[in-house]
Amino acid sequence: MLYAIKIAFRYLTANRGQTVLLVLGVAVGVYVFVFMSALIGGLAVLLLDRTVGNIAHVVVEPADREPVSLFGSEPTTLVAVLKSTQQRPTLQSAAAFLPIIRANPHVTTVAGEIRGSGFLTKGEALAPVAITGVESGEVSAIANIAGSLVAGSTDLTISTALIGSGLADTLGVGVGQTVTVRSDQNIEQTLTVGGIFSLGVAGLDDAAVYVNIRAARVLFDLPEGVSRFEVKLDDLKLAPTVALDIAAATGLKATAWTAKNQQLLDGLTAQASSGNLIKGFALVTIIIGIASALLLSTYRRQSEIGIMRAMGATRRFVVFVFVIQGALIGLSGGLIGAGLGYFSLLPFPPPAATSAAGLPVDVRQGAYLAAILLTLLGAVLASIWPAYSASRVDPVKVIGP
Amino acid sequence: MTDAAPLIVVEDLVKSFDEGDEAVTVLKGLDLTIGTGELVALLGPSGSGKSTLLNILGTLMRPTSGSFKMLGLNLIGARDVDLTEFRNRHVGFVFQAHNLLPDFTALENVMFPAATRKGRETAVDRRRATELLRRVGLADRRDFPASKLSGGQKQRVAVARALMNQPELVLADEPTGNLDRESADRVMELLTEINRDDKTTFLISTHDERIAERCRRQIRMLDGLVVG
Repeated sequence: MLYAIKIAFRYLTANRGQTVLLVLGVAVGVYVFVFMSALIGGLAVLLLDRTVGNIAHVVVEPADREPVSLFGSEPTTLVAVLKSTQQRPTLQSAAAFLPIIRANPHVTTVAGEIRGSGFLTKGEALAPVAITGVESGEVSAIANIAGSLVAGSTDLTISTALIGSGLADTLGVGVGQTVTVRSDQNIEQTLTVGGIFSLGVAGLDDAAVYVNIRAARVLFDLPEGVSRFEVKLDDLKLAPTVALDIAAATGLKATAWTAKNQQLLDGLTAQASSGNLIKGFALVTIIIGIASALLLSTYRRQSEIGIMRAMGATRRFVVFVFVIQGALIGLSGGLIGAGLGYFSLLPFPPPAATSAAGLPVDVRQGAYLAAILLTLLGAVLASIWPAYSASRVDPVKVIGP
Repeated sequence: MTDAAPLIVVEDLVKSFDEGDEAVTVLKGLDLTIGTGELVALLGPSGSGKSTLLNILGTLMRPTSGSFKMLGLNLIGARDVDLTEFRNRHVGFVFQAHNLLPDFTALENVMFPAATRKGRETAVDRRRATELLRRVGLADRRDFPASKLSGGQKQRVAVARALMNQPELVLADEPTGNLDRESADRVMELLTEINRDDKTTFLISTHDERIAERCRRQIRMLDGLVVG
């Protein structure tokens, strides 16, 4: 084996120009692989950040009440049961659930909220709104309100409200002006606009109003408890599993963000598939390049292979020599391509900080090890045909007089 | 015939090649015995079957029929891998066109038969290869690339390579065919000296009567048979 490595290395270094070109070709293929991995990964991060960054990864709410038939379960009786819409579901003993939810190792943030709908009025202008009552220190716990503030501050007192920029435009209000909030319980409060935010999500910017939880208790006539908990995780991909765990631990209804964003998930899957296809083509190109170069080498070195066979080199030894050449080319090209990829991607900002015109490349998702290993594997596979072909060389036919 | 213990015993050896629709028979029931330590010249015109016989004796080619024994072993029907190992251990080759590996030095070429068997170049083999190069008068060309050597030097490296594994038989196919007279004489001197000192058996295929006269035995072939 050692000797086969020496011969393989000697053959590669004997034709330096050709070997350098071949390794560079492989490196370019690996670079494409790495770049596509970083780009597809970065795009996913960007899309998720823009879409899921400002919503809860898991929402924990009171369990739906199961409708019960009052007429028994006669098999011949068709009974229509309707879900109750008369009562606002609340978690009266919210404090008891908090430690259970926080006990999950993937949970990073838990925020209790009182949620309800209502209207916001300013003079004659009126807009339907989604009201969220939060503790003053938890305004940015789920949505990055502080980072999206365009005016005012996030200080949330009992008499202030934070509203979305679209809503502010609709009502024509600015920071410091008063607005009237009327809840679906028909309770009104006059609040001062303390801040205006723009999250870039129309659903929130056009209709969201954040108020202090104490103000929300008055608006929704809810002296204790919360409507729901919003939870953030360290890894949003784990949301479905964590939601199941929380539901099992608390007996509450826990919904992962994925349940309401299937289209986004489908889009990300399609995007990943496209990326994998391009990466696959890059690998196929590498394999074809190495196979053709080694086949050419086999043809050119036929007489030398014949001499080796005549001197007692086994077919296996000849196979080793060519497979090792393929492996050395793959490994060198893989290392150079992955290295170039890493260093050329380093200057790119993180996807979340990418400007509208920039490429959302995530240097952490370059799949460098996978690129090197797959290239090595591909190169070894590519060399099998030339190696087999070399091992079948008949010394009698190729050794000249 | 020879009085020495037989190294090679060939009986009724036939070799045919398919040439399109018809078979061309090159060896037509050849009988031959070569004893250990002989220095034999194989003479005959082109097409008489000399090279085909050398290829079969060198286990590079299988006969169509007949019996072929070397060192008492019946080599007919042996597996390819066994023939390769047998060839490596017991047969050395000197070709007309030296056939060295051009990207390797003289020393590396000489070491090749041993290294390919062991999977590495050992210090012992390096010493032996160096000694062989000294013996063929090329100690000072040890680390020269094969491609930088003259024709005569290349052929002497090829002789050293053929002797590397201390084979019982060295087959030389027109070993002086591409050399000038002086180089040819030098190579022949080397072969006869090695034969005399090491008792290595040499079978030298040649057209050159002058070369053949330097061998103790001459075998003449004609039309696929030994005729004298």
